[in-house]
Amino acid sequence: MLQMLIGTNLPFMQYRRFAYLFSAALLAASIGWLVIHGGPYLSVDFTGGAVLQIRTSQVLPPDRVRQVLDGTGFRGVELQQMTGQNRDEFLLRFKAEAQDPFPSIQKALADRFPGVTVELRRKETVGPKVGSELQHKAIWAVLWSLGGILLYVGIRYEFKFAFGAVVSLFHDILITLGFLCFTGREVSLTVIAALLTIAGYSINDTIVVFDRIRERSKALRKEKHSRVMDIAVNETLSRTVITSLTVFLAALSLFIWGGEVLRDFSFAMLIGVGFGTYSSVYVASALALDIWILLERRKGVQAG
Amino acid sequence: MNRTDQWKLASVLLVTVIAVWYLFPSYQFYANYYNRTTQQLASVSSEKLASLRKKAIHLGLDLQGGMHLVLEVDRSKMNAAEGKDAVDRAMEVLRQRIDQFGVAEPLIQKEGEDRIVIQLPGLTERKRALDLIGKTALLEFKLVRTAEETRSVFDRLDGYLATHATATDTALRRTALSSHVLSMDFAAFVRSEDLPAVQQLLATPGLDSIIPGDAQLLWGAPEAASQGVTGRYLYVVKREPEMKGGSIATANAQIGLESTNPGSWGVSMKMTPTGRIDFARITGANIGRNLAIVLDGVISSAPVIRDRIPTGDASITGGSFNIETARDLAIVLRAGALPAPVHVLEERSVGPSLGSDSIQEGVLAAMIGTVMVCVFMLVYYQFSGLVAIVAMVLNIFYLLAGLAGLGATLTLPGIAGIVLTVGMSVDANVLVFERIREELRNQKSVRQSVQLGYDRAFRTILDAHVTTIISSVFLFQFGTGPIKGFAITLIIGLIANLFTNVFMTRMVFDFMLSRGKAETLSI
Repeated sequence: MLQMLIGTNLPFMQYRRFAYLFSAALLAASIGWLVIHGGPYLSVDFTGGAVLQIRTSQVLPPDRVRQVLDGTGFRGVELQQMTGQNRDEFLLRFKAEAQDPFPSIQKALADRFPGVTVELRRKETVGPKVGSELQHKAIWAVLWSLGGILLYVGIRYEFKFAFGAVVSLFHDILITLGFLCFTGREVSLTVIAALLTIAGYSINDTIVVFDRIRERSKALRKEKHSRVMDIAVNETLSRTVITSLTVFLAALSLFIWGGEVLRDFSFAMLIGVGFGTYSSVYVASALALDIWILLERRKGVQAG
Repeated sequence: MNRTDQWKLASVLLVTVIAVWYLFPSYQFYANYYNRTTQQLASVSSEKLASLRKKAIHLGLDLQGGMHLVLEVDRSKMNAAEGKDAVDRAMEVLRQRIDQFGVAEPLIQKEGEDRIVIQLPGLTERKRALDLIGKTALLEFKLVRTAEETRSVFDRLDGYLATHATATDTALRRTALSSHVLSMDFAAFVRSEDLPAVQQLLATPGLDSIIPGDAQLLWGAPEAASQGVTGRYLYVVKREPEMKGGSIATANAQIGLESTNPGSWGVSMKMTPTGRIDFARITGANIGRNLAIVLDGVISSAPVIRDRIPTGDASITGGSFNIETARDLAIVLRAGALPAPVHVLEERSVGPSLGSDSIQEGVLAAMIGTVMVCVFMLVYYQFSGLVAIVAMVLNIFYLLAGLAGLGATLTLPGIAGIVLTVGMSVDANVLVFERIREELRNQKSVRQSVQLGYDRAFRTILDAHVTTIISSVFLFQFGTGPIKGFAITLIIGLIANLFTNVFMTRMVFDFMLSRGKAETLSI
């Protein structure tokens, strides 16, 4: 049979300080970015306003389109040309709900570029009331979900494991959020859905490792604590990596072929699954190890 | 095959048959009747079509195209008693208007205290629908003041403006209102160029108190013509309406209602029996005066009453109607006025081209993702991988059937959820297979390895599913339409996955083992 990652004996725990540094750096960068910019780029779902997605029969140069917009009295409107194969589409973002601007924009563009037709692909208008409501709903969804998951982990495992799992969960979500911000992607309701799915999923890998530790800790009583953790992580490595690989492939397919609307969502899934695996192997396990060592030393037992 | 396995096989077959039963209408509908022209659909009875559509998987607005609206009923000007059933009455009116608009499966629902959610799938005429829905359509008949009365009101206004003008444009300050008026009879005609100035003057604070309490200034239809000039009429009318829209029994779009403009469209109205009596009385008592037909605070026309009119016929005319706007106005008048104005709080419209693109892209990603996962499973786990793939296909099948059976809606994030379910559904099998491999490496027999693999892995599999289901449940609770679609896809997919994992895949292995001595396992 084809095997990979079997019989490995990688000394993960020995180098866990590097992992801590790496994670801390990424976390600091993510949190720093969020603080400086006052939060992630929120989509119109949360900010209120309007978004128009138009398609023109020919690719138009964005600066000319900008001129047309300014001339039609839409100076404050944010214009974004879409990328790749969709360069014939533009996204127009209005800060306040506009009372149906499309007909005048369509006319102005048709006048300026004769022979070009403009089609409205999508329009989303969100009043300020609804925008803030959706913000609240999103926050509640995140809080309840995280709470539910944490409660579940707390019941299933003892403190030292649960703490590591919790930290790795927040670590994954924050870093994914950070990457979304670094790449200038919008946080919309769909992206929140991705983050929550990642939360549920990232715990899975961690559970696999922890179950293995529980199973083997009796037999490995004689070994050093860090060795026990290493053995557990190595033994479950193939399982952890392959389960993440299958979901990663699925998310990758969505990212490449799933279309523009799902791109931010699938990007979040890719980052989340990737870091979820890393955090199960390093963050959760390493933290559990260090807490274990701490607790044992408090009891006066030799630990390392 | 032992008894347990026989039961397992029976349940899998049963569930599969039920799934086929639930999915068949979807296949029929989408393969044969979706996106066909009305001609092609002519051979099918509309009941059959409606029933198929209902049983098939519903496509979300982001896949079908259409409009989603959240309206708020503005009850600020109503007292508590009126306000309570204002929303229900508004819903009734809107329902009638939308029915006549001809959308296949419209959805109108009350949300909270004062909101209405409207969904119009497959809608292509966005602007028309918004106009139709947003129009308050308050119809009133008001008497216009005589020429002298109008003149005296304007004199009063001029006098007030001479002393109280606060216009920011200094050139405008303290000019008489009448100086901007082209002509004056029973109504003042204002040229288009002068309109902004007049509107500014009329907005002068305190001006309203000068107008007699029983009178009101109302504008006429835009783009009116007088003596070759375009502009608008400004009327002084009696504030209290003589009759209201409730007296209208029915309305129809018609051509040739205006003798001066025989090619133009308008709306002819017929009144209720009581309406007819009232109308006869009003016209009889006011011969020689003008009766203004006021729609949403704008005077559409103000014909002179020449005779008492006993027949209860009236019409709304005014050159700017075309066949569509006349028909829409007739729809709106028939359905009745909204009891209070509505504001659009949220609108999400997806054009049909984006909808079909999204379906194509979603399906493509789903297929490619599935192929990638399948290839990996076959290469890495060989025959066992094949078993896992069959289980995954069954999962997706059950998932779609579940969506159809629950009447849930498939959205674009829902398709993403299906793709993720593909990835997650093989995970349970991976956990089992890796465990089996490990036991085989530890020199356990094939039979023992399979048993240990399933037993030991089960707890972990259950945990993994529970955590993802927890977050999906809250997503469903707090999410909006497309997110709900995503959450429900994940939840059903994961439950289906637990089912196939416990019942189906294990049964296959047990069956193979029971056939004879299994020396090696293709895993």
